[in-house]
Amino acid sequence: MRARYAESFHAPTRRELLAASGSLFAWAYLPQIAHAEGRDPRFLAIVLRGALDGLATVAPVGDPDWIALRGDNALTLDGKTPALKLNDFFALNPAMPKLHAMFTANEAIVVHACATPYRDRSHFEGQDLLENGLPKPAISDSGWLNRALAGLAPGGRVDPRGSRAFAVGPVTPLVVRGPAPVLSWSPQRVQPASADTVQRLLDLYRHTDQRLAEAIDDNSKLATIEQTGNMNQKPGVPGPAQVRAYFAEAAGTAAKFLAQPDGPRVGALALDGWDTHVNEGIANGRLAQLLGALDDALAAVKANMGPAWKDTAVVLVTEFGRTARINGTDGTDHGTATVALLAGGALKGGRVLADWPGLKSNDLYENRDLKPTTDLRAVLKGLLKDHLRADDRVLAQNVFPGSGDVKPMAGLVA
Amino acid sequence: MTASGKAAFGKEAAALALHRFGFGPARGSIDAIAGDPRGAVLADLERPQAGRLAVNLPSSAEAARAVFDFRAEQTAKQKLELRAKKVAEADTPNSNFDCRKPGNAAPCAAPPAPNEAENQAPVQQPAQPPKPPEPPLPQQLILDEAKARFDAATGTDIGFVERLVWFWSNHFCISADKIPAMVGPYEREAIRPHVLGRFVDMVQAVESHPAMLFYLDNVESMGADSVAGITRDKGLNENLARETMELHTVGVHGGYTQQDVTSFANVLTGWTWIDPGQPDHGGEFAFAKRLHQPGDQVVLGKIYPDTGVAQGRAVLADLARHPATARHIADKLARHFIADEPPPSLVAALARSFMDSDGNLKQVARTLVTADESWVPARRKLKVPSAWLVAMFRLTGVQPDNAIGRVLGAQGLLGEALWRPPAPNGYPDTEAAWIDGVPRRLDIANEFAARVAATMDPLALVDTGLGPLASPETRDTIARAASRAQAVALLVMSPEFLRS
Repeated sequence: MRARYAESFHAPTRRELLAASGSLFAWAYLPQIAHAEGRDPRFLAIVLRGALDGLATVAPVGDPDWIALRGDNALTLDGKTPALKLNDFFALNPAMPKLHAMFTANEAIVVHACATPYRDRSHFEGQDLLENGLPKPAISDSGWLNRALAGLAPGGRVDPRGSRAFAVGPVTPLVVRGPAPVLSWSPQRVQPASADTVQRLLDLYRHTDQRLAEAIDDNSKLATIEQTGNMNQKPGVPGPAQVRAYFAEAAGTAAKFLAQPDGPRVGALALDGWDTHVNEGIANGRLAQLLGALDDALAAVKANMGPAWKDTAVVLVTEFGRTARINGTDGTDHGTATVALLAGGALKGGRVLADWPGLKSNDLYENRDLKPTTDLRAVLKGLLKDHLRADDRVLAQNVFPGSGDVKPMAGLVA
Repeated sequence: MTASGKAAFGKEAAALALHRFGFGPARGSIDAIAGDPRGAVLADLERPQAGRLAVNLPSSAEAARAVFDFRAEQTAKQKLELRAKKVAEADTPNSNFDCRKPGNAAPCAAPPAPNEAENQAPVQQPAQPPKPPEPPLPQQLILDEAKARFDAATGTDIGFVERLVWFWSNHFCISADKIPAMVGPYEREAIRPHVLGRFVDMVQAVESHPAMLFYLDNVESMGADSVAGITRDKGLNENLARETMELHTVGVHGGYTQQDVTSFANVLTGWTWIDPGQPDHGGEFAFAKRLHQPGDQVVLGKIYPDTGVAQGRAVLADLARHPATARHIADKLARHFIADEPPPSLVAALARSFMDSDGNLKQVARTLVTADESWVPARRKLKVPSAWLVAMFRLTGVQPDNAIGRVLGAQGLLGEALWRPPAPNGYPDTEAAWIDGVPRRLDIANEFAARVAATMDPLALVDTGLGPLASPETRDTIARAASRAQAVALLVMSPEFLRS
């Protein structure tokens, strides 16, 4: 097959490359994993970089202070675009019907008012800590997911011997870097510069360089008219369809790899664009488009996992939340607590887990952010423990160092 | 011209100098030259072997012969395959499945395993994808040359001399579309040895270089009254003569007439190359007397007696020293480095320097650097895409070892494919030509940042790449970025980084 490939004169498609490499590196030398317990678990972490607005994703529609807090921007069950009811208190952003269906089928869990131990508001530091699993901002070259894999006991549900972590993207996300070998795959399409990046650049140019502002702005207008999702569209300004396609391809491909009988069992990817300071567009605009893209990505994971979906847990995490109130530009600024979204057939789903802190001014963290009442590490430790059979001590010392007093959340996995 | 006080010293002037005269700062560059930025730029001109590449690559003639042989072998191979195919078709007349149909490519190259369903996962790809087949020889030659050039630009301290190389190479451009084997060697042979030498020597080297003679069709040209012209009923091709005057020397307003072009074209007949298929000297310059138009010629009012190849040398020498050439070159240099509408005083100073020094290009470069007009704080030039790309690599310290293909791809996407200008006037270097490509630069920046930014401190990079040039707005925008990658993308897309 190698020889044939070398002789073919057309540019190889990715499928060919994959097929060709598969024959070369058939992984036959890897130990066959015995699944004594009858479950062959898959774990996928999706890092949402930029700080997802948890209150706009899963709205506390039953909180009496909700409408007053967000006004016209508050999602409601009877709004113009009604939110999707999860239970008597919470409702999901209307852009996520597929996640809603998973929730209804007991395949999704929302953890609300949740945060990492990080309490400042720098994206860079917050993302580092979210991914490296340390209790305080510090530089580390490994992430909690990789260390979790490396620390699994041989012969268990996932055997760390010969097992690889999987990563999507030209750069392996920190969360999955570390001692365990990483298998990486990069989509042919690069992640397009987000509308958010274009907007930031446009703001900068408008203040400093009119000529450049016009160059970017003209292009934005063109793209808005087109918005076809055509991959050949004007560069620089990805349409929503382009973002959708990227999200779905990145997550869907990860699922294809994880679904393989002898493929990797843990994987990670990062999706950008959640830093919604201006014109957030919760129900119909930018955030709704991003959440819709994320919804498609989750659906792609489910579809591509196939029968392995029943053994799957996907966790979507972000570095921190956003301000509880809307700011002066119809957006939200850097906040603290937010949601963690869990999906997968292995979960005991259909539940919103929250020690709800309330939304009155006094209830808010520093009178501005949703107050964190659940440590994200508890959620992750609970998943790693019950799904992958990670050891308590390893979790407390190696995976999330210094997290001895953060108990793994029990009962997430069916 | 003397260095003027404040503007020419300190970190701000250092950063300005690195962007305006060089390829942008690398880590520590701003501090390294802050004591005397102007002196540092001038010192770049004094480095031994400045402008030359310490590489062992084939000469233009060697490359041309190698490519000729390669193509001949390919042709032979294809012919053999065609014969084999005809035999095979005769054996299986009912075959209706063509492996070469695009839609059938995958099944042919890699037959699916029997149990593989359409929606099943692709087989795993290892972290190191299988090595793609090596590019064919002509592409490999260009890749090697491109890498040597790119390494020189990213590896140099300041890059002023490399910027001059790029300027002159574009001024005297040829195109890989027409003569792929020679584009790299041409720059090393005709441009680099003379960027700090005399303009007349560069003109002589360029116009007699086989790559230029082929690119501007002089190898097709013959005097109507030459032996070859008479026997073959052929005559002049005036392309090289015209472009030499219009683009390379006196300029379109240099005062020449169509008669001058025709006469000069006659002078240049016989300037040709030895067919690259010749094993010994193929691809080298030759003067073929039997192509040369006999007789005296008058160019720009001066009579040039027929002295064979020396007749052309004499015309070129005069064109290179013409006052109109001095003005043309002065204007282009000032436009390239300083402003799209350069100050007339600067152009005049450069032209004077050119004339006074008999076209000594090092002296002209010195004049450019010492002129006060060259240090205006306002940064109005939009970097051409290629220079901007180099600056990104220098800023981040990313080694372009295996990235040359990616760099070339990006340059092509941005409309400035290396050594492939659409016309003999080269790529433009004014803002109007490149401003519409800025959104596309964002795509490139985004991909670049996604690849490199994970371990970088964006605010430290601002200090590295812009220092005091960074506006508060730019610093703030980068500090508030949603991710390291976004921060790095915004930095390289900031006005201060895009402009020089």
